[in-house]
Amino acid sequence: MAEKFDAIVVGAGPSGNAAAYTLAKSGLKVLQLERGEYPGSKNVQGAILYADALERIIPDFREDAPLERHIIEQRMWVLDDASFIGSHYRSDDFNKPPHNRYTIIRAQFDKWFSQKAQEAGVLLICETTVTDLIMDGTQVIGVRTDRLGGSIYADVVILADGVNSMLARKAGFRPELNPGDVALAVKEIHFMPEETIASRFNVSGDAGVVIEMIGKITKGMMGTGFLYTNKESLTIGVGCMLSDFKKQKISPNRLLEEMKSHPSIRPLIEGGEMKEYAAHLIPEGGYKAIPRIYGEGWLIAGDSGMFVNAVHREGSNLAMTTGRIAAETVIELAAQGKACSTKNLAAYRAKLDQSFVMKDMKKYQNLPDILHRNPQFLTTYPELLNQAAHIMLKVDGVDKKSKEKQIRSNFAHRRSLFGLVGDAYKMWRAFE
Amino acid sequence: MHIVVCIKQVPDSAQIRVHPVTNTIMRQGVPAIVNPYDLFSLEEALRLKDVHGGRVTVITMGPPQAEAALRKCIAFGADEAILVTDRAFAGADTLATSYALASAITQIGKDQAVDMVFAGKQTIDGDTAQVGPGIAKRMDLQLLTYVSQVDALDLMTRTVRVQRRAEGGVQVLTTKLPCLVTMLEGSNEMRFASMDNMFRAARYQLKVWDRVAAGIDDVGKIGLKGSPTVVSKVFAPQARTQRAEIIDTESGEPRDIALTLLSKLFTQHPKLGEAISKRAT
Ligand SMILES: Cc1cc2nc3c(=O)[nH]c(=O)nc-3n(C[C@H](O)[C@H](O)[C@H](O)COP(=O)(O)OP(=O)(O)OC[C@H]3O[C@@H](n4cnc5c(N)ncnc54)[C@H](O)[C@@H]3O)c2cc1C
Repeated sequence: MAEKFDAIVVGAGPSGNAAAYTLAKSGLKVLQLERGEYPGSKNVQGAILYADALERIIPDFREDAPLERHIIEQRMWVLDDASFIGSHYRSDDFNKPPHNRYTIIRAQFDKWFSQKAQEAGVLLICETTVTDLIMDGTQVIGVRTDRLGGSIYADVVILADGVNSMLARKAGFRPELNPGDVALAVKEIHFMPEETIASRFNVSGDAGVVIEMIGKITKGMMGTGFLYTNKESLTIGVGCMLSDFKKQKISPNRLLEEMKSHPSIRPLIEGGEMKEYAAHLIPEGGYKAIPRIYGEGWLIAGDSGMFVNAVHREGSNLAMTTGRIAAETVIELAAQGKACSTKNLAAYRAKLDQSFVMKDMKKYQNLPDILHRNPQFLTTYPELLNQAAHIMLKVDGVDKKSKEKQIRSNFAHRRSLFGLVGDAYKMWRAFE
Repeated sequence: MHIVVCIKQVPDSAQIRVHPVTNTIMRQGVPAIVNPYDLFSLEEALRLKDVHGGRVTVITMGPPQAEAALRKCIAFGADEAILVTDRAFAGADTLATSYALASAITQIGKDQAVDMVFAGKQTIDGDTAQVGPGIAKRMDLQLLTYVSQVDALDLMTRTVRVQRRAEGGVQVLTTKLPCLVTMLEGSNEMRFASMDNMFRAARYQLKVWDRVAAGIDDVGKIGLKGSPTVVSKVFAPQARTQRAEIIDTESGEPRDIALTLLSKLFTQHPKLGEAISKRAT
């Protein structure tokens, strides 16, 4: 017997859970399908949780969500082969509740979020892969799964199925993934006693530190490294554009191994016992890579719609926000007795355009191109900056003015005056 | 025909870690699964139902979270699921557990007589293989362990014939119903649940029984009180220092690889070489 729902949500990551929760809360009959054994079983994230996006969905989430540590210190490192130069921002204001950012473990967090959605009335079915969208002409009217008798119908289908979105590709809503639009990230979780983390990172209680890294660690490839403190573990990882990995023929795990042995990083993770290894794609093509996100009877949210702000390492919050707004759009249409047609669902895009989601995506729309065409930002500059710091800090009888001159000439030598001005302009434009 | 299948929710032992400092087992974040050995028993029960009709009831004694494991069994095709849960059961060893389960199965039998009880051969977290036999003894059921195949079931004569793996061979045994069977791993393969059953499982309201509902009066026989077993020590096994070795040959031909492997084996274990050449001659 084929079942019929008001809405079917594919995927139980942050975007799917946000959508399903919001829909069910308003009283709609929602089915959520997840191919993993349980929500979060297949999902990978750093992971930093941005409170704001979740607060708009579950205001009192702090009461029982599995949060690891709240972030009080952000370090940005630019690494050369054996050194780093960077900035640390630490503020006791970040220690005051309500906290703004947390580290989380996705397997636990997704399970919790999904539990909330189920309590709100979502019917969740796991270990079930949606294999096809059922079409009536151009209209999506349901889904088929990998199980016997797997056709299920709904007024609207929300694709929250992550970066690979086999469904959107199969249905022709989105082109094949372009290796230049996705990063491949690998990460490990290392067990470490709380006391060690507290002393190594100078934190107490549930406070934590994040380190974001660029520079030589990615061997000229466009990408970043990261190290986050969890309650009883550290997460360390690195991600680069898939196209760069292909070109450089470096394996991601070797890159991570080498990063872990960097003299500035090794002491931080020493003694940790590896608990988990994971690899995942991140859609980093930016604004220009966003596909069509709505149509006759369907909406796309989260990574499936390429909603990731790579510069600020935001993804899960965009996923939750797009999931929530997709749901709100459907709820409004249902309340007015209107169909989920292309015309009516255009409100979803309009709402996103008005929100921080599209505004931020647009702001950095040129950055991926610029970094692609100007690898010096990730290779030459880290080296020059580290050299400059080294020259200035080494006390060796050379006067400071001569040192400045040497630094200037190093820069001019490596990048030429024209190149320097051009680079500054490009960066300014990219972040404008 | 009425079959009861006993299952247990266990932490996925492949993903369990021992805390490097305190030496305790870290269960946090380790996914809970249906004890894999139980699934061979459940599948065999479902196959008997497919052929002979009737009803399959799954039962577990465990904490409230064990609900998820029962739900999974409903998805595979079980008809009913009963969660026997009570604080009084906490700390039960195999003696107390088999007592509680035997008692609960007796209660189930009051509704419809139980013809067969299936249990897992053992669990992956306790590995005792005692609960199934314990239930059989307490309920006075014929006991068939390590069964690799149920050959025939005759509901008229109320007999069952099975193949049982024994040391050095296979025993073919016939016995009377009611009986208790534990299946050998690998003896069948769990079916892939249909969409309808997935829906049924997601919506299924399972029965939750406390101690009283399970028909237990004597609290001295359950939980910690009814458990004479003492855990004297817990320790993490030492990781082996021996490293795996990658065997490389220039040609990469299977034959060369095999020869290299053999010569390595014989060099490392000279006795083995002697024994084999003795046999060959
Ligand atoms: C290494 C790494 C670090 C990151 N760090 C951060 C960070 O610190 N902060 C941050 O905000 N973001 C971060 N991100 C990005 C963030 O993880 C993603 O943006 C976010 O997970 C997107 O959520 P989603 O729900 O759209 O997709 P996903 O989380 O990928 O969820 C998709 C779900 O759909 C299911 N699914 C897929 N196809 C099907 C199908 N056909 N049928 C049924 N189910 C299906 C999948 O199993 C999965 O559960 C990071 C990503 C990576 C890889």
